[in-house]
Order: sequence, then structure tokens, then C-alpha cells
Amino acid sequence: MDIPEREFGFNTRSLHAGAHPDPATGARALPIYQTTSYVFEDPESAAAYFNLQEYGNTYSRIMNPTVAALEERIANLDGGVGAVGFASGLAAQSAAFFTMLTPGDHVVASSALYGGSITQLKHLFRKMSIELDFVDPDEPRAWKSAIRSNTKLFFAETIGNPGGNVLDIEAVAAVAHAEGIPLMVDNTFATPYLCRPIEWGADIVVYSATKFIGGHGTTIGGLGVDSGDFDWSNGRFPVVSEPSPAYHGLKFHETFGFYGYLMKLRTETLRDLGAAMSPFNAFLLAQGIETLPLRMDRHVHNANIIANYLNDHPVVQRVSYPGLDASPYKELTTKYLPKGPGAVFCFDIPGGRDAGLKFIDSLSLFSHLANVGDAKSLVIHPATTTHRQLNDEELTGAGINAGTIRVSIGIEDAEDLIWDLDNALNVISSTSASTSAS
Amino acid sequence: MNLRDYQQPAVIQKVLNYRSVAVVGLSSNHLRPSNFVGYYLKRHGYQMIPVNPREESILDCPSYPTLKDIPHQVDIVDVFRDPAAVPEIATEAVAIGAKCLWLQFGVISEEGVRIAQDAGLDVVMDRCLKIEHARYIGRMHWLGFNTTNISARRAKTFV
Repeated sequence: MDIPEREFGFNTRSLHAGAHPDPATGARALPIYQTTSYVFEDPESAAAYFNLQEYGNTYSRIMNPTVAALEERIANLDGGVGAVGFASGLAAQSAAFFTMLTPGDHVVASSALYGGSITQLKHLFRKMSIELDFVDPDEPRAWKSAIRSNTKLFFAETIGNPGGNVLDIEAVAAVAHAEGIPLMVDNTFATPYLCRPIEWGADIVVYSATKFIGGHGTTIGGLGVDSGDFDWSNGRFPVVSEPSPAYHGLKFHETFGFYGYLMKLRTETLRDLGAAMSPFNAFLLAQGIETLPLRMDRHVHNANIIANYLNDHPVVQRVSYPGLDASPYKELTTKYLPKGPGAVFCFDIPGGRDAGLKFIDSLSLFSHLANVGDAKSLVIHPATTTHRQLNDEELTGAGINAGTIRVSIGIEDAEDLIWDLDNALNVISSTSASTSAS
Repeated sequence: MNLRDYQQPAVIQKVLNYRSVAVVGLSSNHLRPSNFVGYYLKRHGYQMIPVNPREESILDCPSYPTLKDIPHQVDIVDVFRDPAAVPEIATEAVAIGAKCLWLQFGVISEEGVRIAQDAGLDVVMDRCLKIEHARYIGRMHWLGFNTTNISARRAKTFV
């Protein structure tokens, strides 16, 4: 097979990467290989697959051709060497962690993470005897001073959920790499269309594909992408570089070189944790990526209009959209997210928890639910839902208070979204006016 | 020296079409990377020729002490040795009329490259022959690997 000598553009790769016409049937759409297992050509091939001497399909908990198409597509768009699909974003994150971590290791993470990630790190890590420090993601010196001799990983989000912090990926990666530590970035809110963290030095990128990648609120899924650039043989990671007792003494880094971590992520961690992505889900997510550039353009276009509308509204106290001129993250947005900083952000309204809940109850076009990145506009009150497990200090660290509303701006007509928000804000202002009058 | 100059897709694809490969430093230990590669090349129809003075035969193929002892044509010389050994291997590769000097992960030798290039051999460095085969004409795609292969043409088969 001769490969054309051309660097194809992002739109082309969103459609074609990872999915050739089906060699068996010619089917142009991605076939759904709804099978648990694969008939071996002969006994020797079977042994070669299980020994990892040959690349082949064995069992759909570990690999599946439909899932592979999605994996190659996201790896291609992100500029990684490869990717592994998982049942959910948190499953992808868990697997990425447990491929490199062992009890007694230490992780430094951003304090401005998705609430589910904070809970996962705090409580699951404790059970696994992994030490953890949260730091202010905006301050590279905070990352540096948190490093210990047993630190194995830095972890942050490109765009913090829901505070809208934009990570200075290049600066934090430089701090990590100076000590031989990898940087893992959750790029869910940006998608590879708006930001490719590997280009700025991130070593591993994880996604909740449930959000903008799928884009239609139909499917739970996660992805882990490996840059292939991190040196796992630097002495800090015997778990990746030394013989693996869980794979008949194989040395993953030596044997597979730049994709040793990725092979271990799939053939050990996914195999053992078992949170595999279903082929049907992979089909829907790959279908979603085909229109990712179109949708993201529209998402950020609408988000910019809505954020500015809210910012100018007399009742609204604070809008955390990093694309606003007054945002402290404006400069980082220009550098890392030139097409726009996504479509999920927060704003505060007066009146605390009660006003927050009343505001949400007054909306009719925004869907009140616990998700982001749907083509439809979504709204939620983080303090009572997604971030409910957090204490006050953690809420402040994540940029949330009792009157904070989180929106995920969809691809409807922006005028219709403003109409809906206007109605709800009028309810709040008339309520607070009548309260102060009484 | 820029490693990317010795990892060119067009050169790699041309070299993958050659048929005989001498694997210098092939280990008989089935957990060693060289053994993985030798096994894979043999499985995919290459004439795989072990070069290891300490072994009689590896993977059921006769092993030769040096490249010069091989009694037939060698297209690719695939090296799993310490970088310091590469200039001598490159000189031998030129002497036996090989078409390509292929240096595996971490086998980086500026002098070895110069010797091979001056004699007109193609050079690939810090790349794995097995991975590149699997990327372009094999099944690496099935493990979520970014093959960079974009095409709307119907492939005959994924071998």
C-alpha cells in the first residue's frame, strides 16, 4: 500500500483517519464489528497474538476493529502515536493512572478539575495508597514546589471544569519534564480541534468522549492518547520499563519503544480493569468526530455571543468564559485556544442556592441535566449536583459558589438561547426586587 | 544530525518491499525485542537471516557469525547492537552489497550512517522494522495505532 506524500488537513482527517473502506465488503461507513472474539487462522497465530509477537484481534475486551477506527482517528487528530478506547472518560483516566502508578507513588493534580475527577483522585487513590497534592493550576511554581522524590505524574485539564482556567500547558510540561515526570491533560472541553496538548508538551491526553467528541449526548465513552515522546526508562518508572510479572516478564518499554506505555495500557490495564468500549458506542463516537470541526466552530461562536450577553447583563455577577476580553486567561486562550475556548462556562447570580435553582427552573430551552458537550444547550447548578461531594475549600478551588450556574452552549440559534436566558434572569431580578421591597 | 532525516515514510515503504533481512544481534531469548522482530519478519515472508556468533541457529534459521559469512544476497541489514559496533557493521553491509542499513530503537551512530550513505545505501535509524511493517502493510491499525494512513481506496486486505 503506497501512502500519498501529503499532510492532510484536520477536516479531512476527522472524516478519514482510522477508517478505510471495509476491505472485506467495501462498506463505506464504518462497520460495527459486534463480536466478542475472533477466529484464529491457525494455532501458531493464536499463540503469536497472545505473546504480542503479532498484531491481531483476540477478544473485544482488549481490542475491536470498530473501536480501533475511533482510536486511530483520535490519535491522528491529536498527533499521538496511538490511543485506547474505554467505557467512559473516568475509566480512561483510571487506566492511564494505573498503568504508571504503584502504591506509595505521588501525584500532583490541578485543584480546578471536574468534580468526578477530584473525587476519583482523592478517594480511589487513597484506597490504592497513592499520595496526592492539589495545586493552583495557574501557578507553575506551585507545581514545581509540590514535586517529591516519589512524584510520578502531573494531571490537569486544558480548560478547567467549570471555572474556565486555561492551563499553561507548555510551562507546566517544562516543570514536569525537568524532573522526568509526565504531564497528563484532560482535553475534554477543548477537543483536538481547539487544542492539541501534545503539541505543547503533554505526554498523555485523556477524554470523556461522551462530550463534544460524540457531540449528541447519546454515548458514554473515554479515550487515552499517548504522545509516544515520554522516556519511561528514565529510572522513575520501573513499572513500565522493568519485566512485567503480569505479562510473562515482558519489558514493555524496551520491546515496544515509543509505544510501550500504550501497549501496556491496552494489553495489561484494559485487560485487567475490563472497562472496554462497546463497538456500537465506538461507531457513534467515530460518527460524531466526522462533524467535530463544524460543530466546534458553531459551539464557540454561540458561546462567545452568550458569554458577552451575560457579561453585559446587570443581574449577572461574574462570567468565567476565558474568551471574554476581561478574562485573566485571555492571553493563554489566544495562545492555546486560538479558535475559541470551548462552550462550557459558569456565571454567578445573586441570591445563592435558592436563586440558582429558581433560575434553572425558569429556563425552557436549556436542558437541565448532568452533562456537557451536547449539540443541545445544557444547564446545571454545580454546588448541588456535579460538585456536591466537594467541601467549601474545594468548591472555592474549583471556582464555584452557591450561586454559580454552569452552561454548555449548544448549536441552536443564539437569539433563541438569549431569549431563554433573558426570561429566567428577569424572574430572578423581579424576585430579588420584590424581596428587597418587602 | 536530525533523526527525522532517517525516518522518511517514502524510504521506509521502499525498504519494506525488499525480501531478505539479516538481523545483526538477534537473540535466542524469546522475550528480547530482537527475537520479536525476527519472529515477525519470518512470519511475514521475509528471508530472515540471524547474525549472532554465539548461536548455531535461532528461530529455526541458521545463524552466521558475521554478515560476510552469509552465502547469499542480503537486502536489509537490521541492527540490534551497541551503537559503537555500528561503523564496522555498516562497512560490512556495504561490502556484501546490502541495499539498506536499518538501525533499531536507540541504535544511533553518525559514523555508521555516513559509511552506509556514502556507498549509496538507504538508511533508517531509531525505528523498528516490525512496527513500520505493521504500520504500512500490517495490522497495527487494529491496536489503535496512528498509522497516518489516509485513503478512500478499497484495500485488497489488511494482511
